[in-house]
This record gives sequence, C-alpha cells and structure tokens, in this order.
Amino acid sequence: MSATPAHPSTTTPAMDKAERARIDESTRVPVLLFFGSAVFWLLVGTLFALLASFKMNAPHFLDQWGWLTFGRVRPAHLNAVAYGWASSAAIGTALWLMARLCRSPLRHSKLLICAAIFWNIGVLVGIGGILSGDSRSIEWLEFPNYASLMLFVAFGLIAVWAVIMFRFRQPGHVYVSQWYLLAAFLWFPWLYSTANILLNFEPIQGGAQGAVNWWYGHNALGLWFTPIGLAAAYYFIPKVLGRPIHSYYLSILGFWSLALFYSWNGMHHLIGGPFPAWMISASVVASVMMFIPVITTAINHHMTVRGNFHALKWSPTLRFIVFGAMCYTLSSVQGIFMAIPSLNKITHFTHYTVGHAHLGLYAFFTMIMFGSMYYITPRVVGWEWPSARLIRWHFWLVAIGIGVMVVALTLGGILQGLALLDPGITFMATLDYTKPWLLLRSGSGILLTAGHIVFAISFTLLLLKVGTRRTGPTLFGTDQGREPEPLVP
Amino acid sequence: MNKMPVIIIGAFLTFLSSWIGLVAYPSLQLGRFTPFTAEDTGDINPPPLSGMAVMGQRAYASSGCIYCHSQQVRQVGYGSDLERGWGARPTVARDYMRENPAFLGTMRTGPDLTNIGARQPSAMWHHQHLYQPGTVSPGSIMPSYRYLYRLQKIEGQRSANAINLLPPDAPPDGYEVVPTYEAEALVAYLISLNRNYPLPEAPEPPQ
Repeated sequence: MSATPAHPSTTTPAMDKAERARIDESTRVPVLLFFGSAVFWLLVGTLFALLASFKMNAPHFLDQWGWLTFGRVRPAHLNAVAYGWASSAAIGTALWLMARLCRSPLRHSKLLICAAIFWNIGVLVGIGGILSGDSRSIEWLEFPNYASLMLFVAFGLIAVWAVIMFRFRQPGHVYVSQWYLLAAFLWFPWLYSTANILLNFEPIQGGAQGAVNWWYGHNALGLWFTPIGLAAAYYFIPKVLGRPIHSYYLSILGFWSLALFYSWNGMHHLIGGPFPAWMISASVVASVMMFIPVITTAINHHMTVRGNFHALKWSPTLRFIVFGAMCYTLSSVQGIFMAIPSLNKITHFTHYTVGHAHLGLYAFFTMIMFGSMYYITPRVVGWEWPSARLIRWHFWLVAIGIGVMVVALTLGGILQGLALLDPGITFMATLDYTKPWLLLRSGSGILLTAGHIVFAISFTLLLLKVGTRRTGPTLFGTDQGREPEPLVP
Repeated sequence: MNKMPVIIIGAFLTFLSSWIGLVAYPSLQLGRFTPFTAEDTGDINPPPLSGMAVMGQRAYASSGCIYCHSQQVRQVGYGSDLERGWGARPTVARDYMRENPAFLGTMRTGPDLTNIGARQPSAMWHHQHLYQPGTVSPGSIMPSYRYLYRLQKIEGQRSANAINLLPPDAPPDGYEVVPTYEAEALVAYLISLNRNYPLPEAPEPPQ
C-alpha cells in the first residue's frame, strides 16, 4: 500500500489563498442559512430529547396535554435532530465541500436559498404535525405528507444544484469526498421518495411495509448521513494535517463496498419477524460484510493521522472529527455484532438499540459535523471563533455526555434483553432493570444540552463578529499561552 | 475514479440491487395477500377490522404507542415471545395485510400487543389502564392518556360509558370521567388485536 497522493492540494496546482477565499465567500449565504437552521433545530431537538427522557423517569411529567405525550415528543426529537439538525448541517457542509473540491465559486445560490427555506418550513410543519397527532408512526418517516413533500422539493433543488456544480468543476482529480457526496445526493432523494410513496402516499399492504420501512430507516443512516460524514472526515483530516490520505486504493475499496453492502442491511431490524428467511439472511450477511468498508476506512484514517495525534491537542476541527471517525468504527462494529441473530436476540427491542443509534448519529456523525462547522464557519464569515475556552467546554460536555449515554443505554439494554429472554422473569420486572440506567441517561442528556447551549452561544457570537479580530484560527491552548507543536509532514 | 458516469452508474446499480430485493420484491410478493377462508367454519382470516377499530388504529399511530409496544410474535428460537404468552403462534406476513400502517415496532418498554385483545378483552380494563396505568399495573412507566378523556358534571344519571377510576384519579363527587370518541376507537382497536386464528402457513408450534 503505497501512500499515493490523493488530496487535491497535491495532485493539482494548489489554489492560492485569494482563490480559496473567493470560493469560500461565494458559499456564505447558503452555507450559513443551513448551519444557522441546523443550530436552531439542534436546540429544539435537544429539548424534545430531554422531555422524552424525563418522561421515562417520571411518567406523570407533563401528561395532561396530548401534544406533549411521550409518543409524540419522542418522534418530534428524532425528526428534529435527523432532518432539522443533522441533515441541515450535512447539506451546509456538503455545499461548501462541493465548491472547494470543484475549485469553483458556488453557482446558482438562489436555488439553495429556496431549498433552505423549503427545508425549514418542511421541518417546522412536520414537527407541528407530529405534535398535533398527524403522524402515522412509521419510524423515521413520521412527517405528515404535507411536510415530507416540502422536504422532497428542497432536496430536489439541492440535487439539481449538485449536478450543475459538478459539471462546471475545474478539470483534474475527483477527490474521494466527492464520490461520497455525489452518491449521497443521488441516493437520498431516491430513498426518501420511494419510502414515502410506498408507506405514506399510496401505502402498500401491511405485510410488506416493515421491509420498506427498515430499508429506509437503515439507509437514511447508511447512505445519507454516513457518506457525508465520511466525505467530511476524508477532507478535513488531511487538510488540517497537511498530508495526503494514506491510500487511494483503500479509499476506492471502502467506497464501493459501502455502496454495495450498506444498502442491503435494513432487514436486520426485523430478525425473527414475519418475513421470508432469505430476506433476513441477506441483510445479516450484508451487515457482516460491512467489516470491509468499516475496517478499510478505519485503517485509512488511522494511518493518515498516525504520527500526528498531538495535533488533537490544539485543533478543534481535528479533535471533533477524529473523535467522530473513531466512533464510526466503533458503532459500525457494534452494529455488525447486533445483526448476528444469537446476539440480536438479546439486544432486539431494548434500549441497547437506542444507545447504538446515538453512537452512530451522535458520537460519529454529529461530532464530525461539529468539527466541520468549526473549520467552515470562520472561513465563510471572515471572522474567527470568539473563544477557545467555549470550544473546549463544548467538546468535553458533549464527549462525556455522549459517552455516559451510550454506556448507560448499552448496559441497561443488555440487562433488559437478558431479562426479556427469561420467561421466568415477569415483564414488569424487566422494566426494573432499566430504570436506574434511564435515570443516568437523563443525566447525560443534561450534559449534552449544556454543550449544545455553549455551541449555540459560540456560533452566535461568531456571526455577530463579537470581540477583536484574530490573525490566525482559534486553537486550543493559545488562550493559555501555549504554541502548537509542529506537524510531521 | 475521475469520471462522473462511473460514480453515478456504480452508485445507481448498487442501490438498485437493494431496491429490487428489499422494496420491489416484498411489495409484489408480500403486498398481495388475500384472506384465508377456512373450509369447515367459513371463517375469514385475518378478520376485517370494524370501522371503529380502523379509527382506533389512527389513534394508536397518533399517540405513538409504537415507540414502546411491538406487534410481532417472533419465531421459535428468537426470544421468549411464545413462552411469555404473547401469542399461540409466531406472526406471519399475512397477519398484517389489513394493517395500515403495520405496527411491527422496535421497542418493548411495554409488552407486545399482537394479541392484547385476547389477553384483555374488557373495554373497561383498557379505559382504566389508559387513564391510570401506574395504578392498574404497579411499576408501569406508561404515561396517562387522560387527554383522551373528559371530566364532566353528572347531569341526572351517570353516563353509561363513564369509567370507574381508583384514587387518586377518581373524579370528585357529582363528576364523572367519560372517554372521547378517540379513546373509544383506540380501545375498540386494542380489543380487536387477536391474531391467534389459524392460517395454513402459520402452524402452532408444539408446546
């Protein structure tokens, strides 16, 4: 495995600083629109998460209103973070990456501004619909049709923009991040429209719905969030370190094996359920095959960072992204084991799965989005982050918060699962095994909420250009008078 | 990989394979069931839902019951669903042909409801349980669905559908708690949940 230079800065004449600044500036309005709405929905989604978690500790909490019942607050949380926060942050990051990697100023920003408006109205109306009782309770697709239609229009505009942007790119190498971005822009509209049509607009018979539901649910993570998260990791890790990705060939293997195997994973959510055995088996096999893309990507990222781990001490972007990339490996390997029927028997229908979902969507994806926003936002605004201390607080609050949450739900889930397997334990007693862990989960939620508030404050101060102009990027340690150590090229 | 068509066509084909396998195939094969008519008794299974139960199915979705309750009895070897008495046999795809949506579920903070109508056939029990779950089943963390009920002054005689509540939720003297239409529908749906009928493809496993 030779270290083939693959980063654009090493394969094509490097863009000069002025050109980069011009491209960054061209992305300002659409990127900030998506980032700003992402931060807003992150706070909204976090509030719903806290409510849902508290309700499991104290079932009487706010039970007098139907619109705040657990069964509505919980999907409101999922949809606010998945479509409001994660998707908006993903789109903002993807737009900026596309412009940078196409080495061309962003064209047709009006298309994207329209898309951002549609997207936000869609999420707002969708959450309103769930709270007022319009949801059909199809997991990951709870938005009523009037809301999902708006998201689809928004997404259509973005996909058209991506194709135009790619057509007008500067000639030269197509970097690995772009493969992931293009594929994600192709896969998501297809996924979203198929699943909504077959489950919500013209529903197929009930016996087939579960398969389509989990084909969507799993692929929303695997073929929408994951490729954009990986695109960002593949871009920022080499960028911050100033060295190329370890291996071009591993990147290719990782990309195509992900495309092939991930899309077949969905049925592992229905092991033992009312479906033909071959469908479940196909998904179990595809899930195990996920070892290939996951390990390939892990090796590729690790070998790129190797020798420069000290950079995590001072670069906020790198610290969040390396944390996220490590959790990608962790959550994927965990997911593979959960798909093996003898282990699935324990974890299925328990809080373990909720812990796994947070390891994937938060510890992996959300952390990578935070890291990306720390890099992109100052460059498009032309103003640095106001305080390294705020970033440090943000990192530790959310890193500890998500760590505690995943551990609590994992242990609580295993105890719950083992108890459920034993018919000698009454159902009510299985619940008792989970209660202390659910309380701990609420505690971790408070840490995460605090971290999100710190991040929102930091983001707002940056937008308002508070403080004095900094000459260089805001790095950890510089506020304590320490100088960053040199990088190994 | 510097060519856009390679990436687009490759991404298209890999995704198409799963679309055919996990979407198109099940839509055709698992989405075209007809009910089974028993030759001896003439019973049609799964039985059609009453209008009230169809409305109740919507209430079930609207209140998000699915986030804590599953509706599937897994096959032998996959958990203790049968031993827990959640059904006489594992459920099969045809059981869900009239369900829209099919509430298979992914979480068991509460028990499986595939056959709750067989276990708890009393409407009054369901109303009491929805209103005061912690009192009816101690230790439960199910929230109260009292927003589906109305507290009203008794005018003349107590209403026939007024529900009997235990302290601390019992209404004050001269008042009664009655279900709204949505609560009546939800309970009709819950009582209709009974999939222990025979289907040729789903034999009852030996005890």
